[in-house]
Amino acid sequence: MPPEDVRAAVPDQPHLPDQPPPALLLQGLWRRFGEKIAVAGIDLTVPAGSFYGLVGPNGAGKTTTLSMATGLLQPDFGTVLVHGRNLWADPVGVKATLGVLPDGVRLFDRLTGAQLITYAGLLHGLDRDTVAARTADLLGALDLAADADKLVVDYSAGMTKKAALACALVHAPRLLVLDEPFEAVDPVSAANIRDILASYVASGGTVIVSSHVMDLVQRMCDHVAVIAGGHVLAAGTVDDVRGDASLEDRFVELVGGRVGGEGLAWLRTSSD
Amino acid sequence: MVAHLVRLKLTLLRNGLRRSVWQIVGLVVAAIYGLGVLVLAVAGLVTASATRPDLLPTITVLLGSGVVLAWWVVPLIAFGVDATVDPLRFVLYPIPRRALVTGLAIGALVGVPGLVTAVVAVAMAGVWWREPLALLAGVVGSALGVLTCIVGSRATTSLMSSLLGKRRFREVLAAVVVLPFVLLGPLLSQAKRLDVGEDTLDRAVAVLGWTPLGASWAAPAAATDGDPLGALARLAVALVTVLVLAVVWDRALAHTAVNPPHEQSSTKVRGIGWFGRLPATPLGAVTARCLTYWVRDPRYAMSIVFIPVFPLILWVVAPDSELLLFVGPVTAFFLGWSISSDVSFDGTAFWTHVAAPLRGRTDRLGRVLAVSALGLPVTLVFAVVPAVATGHAADLPAVLGLTIGSFLTALGVASVASALVVMPVQKAGENPFQTRQGSSTAAVTSQLAGWSVTLGLTLPSIVLALLAVRQHSAPLGWLTVLVGLGLGATLLVLGVRIGGKALERNQTQLLAKLVSFP
Repeated sequence: MPPEDVRAAVPDQPHLPDQPPPALLLQGLWRRFGEKIAVAGIDLTVPAGSFYGLVGPNGAGKTTTLSMATGLLQPDFGTVLVHGRNLWADPVGVKATLGVLPDGVRLFDRLTGAQLITYAGLLHGLDRDTVAARTADLLGALDLAADADKLVVDYSAGMTKKAALACALVHAPRLLVLDEPFEAVDPVSAANIRDILASYVASGGTVIVSSHVMDLVQRMCDHVAVIAGGHVLAAGTVDDVRGDASLEDRFVELVGGRVGGEGLAWLRTSSD
Repeated sequence: MVAHLVRLKLTLLRNGLRRSVWQIVGLVVAAIYGLGVLVLAVAGLVTASATRPDLLPTITVLLGSGVVLAWWVVPLIAFGVDATVDPLRFVLYPIPRRALVTGLAIGALVGVPGLVTAVVAVAMAGVWWREPLALLAGVVGSALGVLTCIVGSRATTSLMSSLLGKRRFREVLAAVVVLPFVLLGPLLSQAKRLDVGEDTLDRAVAVLGWTPLGASWAAPAAATDGDPLGALARLAVALVTVLVLAVVWDRALAHTAVNPPHEQSSTKVRGIGWFGRLPATPLGAVTARCLTYWVRDPRYAMSIVFIPVFPLILWVVAPDSELLLFVGPVTAFFLGWSISSDVSFDGTAFWTHVAAPLRGRTDRLGRVLAVSALGLPVTLVFAVVPAVATGHAADLPAVLGLTIGSFLTALGVASVASALVVMPVQKAGENPFQTRQGSSTAAVTSQLAGWSVTLGLTLPSIVLALLAVRQHSAPLGWLTVLVGLGLGATLLVLGVRIGGKALERNQTQLLAKLVSFP
């Protein structure tokens, strides 16, 4: 149970006079697992209509942050505002506007691909015809049409990822939160997904992706946040964050941890 | 190599124990169990050898054959029970296969079953102490017997592993193989009706003594009978068995090392099944998903397979008795209670519900509707058929009332329970017979608590039903229907409401727990 004051601390509509509220506003998020503090006071503003990249080393707290931002994990402290509405005060209402692709969880994989997407659509309250039409569209766009009637448990890792993405898209959410959406996805499908996401952003939607691949984030996103050790190290437009360097160099500079190239000298000589 | 593999196995065991207290408890329980079996077997053998040496041939051959058969078959059912040292993990290392095979064979002795088998084998050789020749045959035979056990189990599992890699096959096999085991007890209780004379037994033992299962254990008996040639011949059979099994294992290992088993997908379903037939609402969707899972998920399918087992057992043990009237109510209780582990069975896929704008009530009700569509007809048939068949048609109202009452009550309580507690269960693809380590306390406590609550809440119907049947009272019978239906329906509505509220409050914690399970 969260302390009640967490929900009440921030009013639902912190209206700035002219600006629309940001698509996602995280304020002072904390989360602890046993001894380990996974997220230690994260503030993040994701403007509406942005393509936002979330990068960080392994164990930085990306997945924990995104879980708390999408209603899958209760924060110990902090507020999550989605388009100005407090997620944890009105979970059912806010979740309808969210599309989520979590990482490291299973799907209802005894359903076929088509059934799984239908299920996601119906859970979001779509009617039968809309679900059927969108399921067919998504299966086609993600190159899953041939495997629509196969059980998801028999899918490859990349196909499973695509099916999960389809589930996140089916109800046409205003905000898409995707945790590692390109992992294990083949290059052609990845390019297709990038196109889908880009046109979604162009039409006014907001996308947040987490990724390990800096080049991808630099090319695809307009905003980026670097997270490490449960803190935001840098956030803003991609150009602001990277400055003159590449995003990868800037990331390494911020996060540190590079090991000199002189180790493993024995690896150069063949042992036989 | 042998020393390495044995040490590896011990290290894995130690690390496993360090990870969780419950693994230690599990090992201690297994050890106590093994020790019990061991003491029983050795004591029996010693007693027999001291008092009835004439029975020894029968006992050793039957016991030995049973042990060998268990080693060959059990790993197939409980596949992966000892995959701690899986040969496939050594594929990338430059280890000669012969060394690997030897090491794995010896390594298999480390562990409760291996040690118990080894000690029992020693005892089975020792019972022939009266005659040196028989003792010698016994020692050689026991050694061969243990080898037959271990090499045989490895051979059958290696041979089957390519088949076991196929999901459907594994699921079907698991369901098919366990049924005879469940029915074994009741069937044995009926065996006394069959006239098993000593002749039949002797003949069976004589035949077993020439088969790969019993040859190694029959050799010393032949030696005491003054038939050294027969003893040698049986030992030869045993030796050939071990060699053949070793070759099979070796070949299978060589094959799987470069052709690892892979999932073969065969299941294709046209259209969207139940999703197209039920109303296109969140409630309809949850119901359709659960219905699909009841058929397609092996863990649910297992409970369907087990539904007829209980009446079968009762019918075999006590045909024509009043006990059969309990078939309906008891089946109803367990079917209703079965959704208490629904969220645990969902596993991390439960996030789909958490992320969706789904009311807790809808989630609860969908699961209830799915199991009711399946369970209600079954329980009603189970209530009516035995009552009519045993000539208790007059008690039908009482039986029906109690059946419906316990079904609805169990559904209601389970709807609350599964919104409060999740426990580690086997995942959908895993062997349904492997219980997860560490699940015991949480599982047992919540199950017992849930059962007691359900029983307590069903008590009015139980008492009424018992009175009605005892006193052959029709009004009391109809009162049972009224109370069972009324109280049950109220409790179900309450359970769905309270469970729904609890779910909305707890779902993120439940999901976090499900994610944290290994």
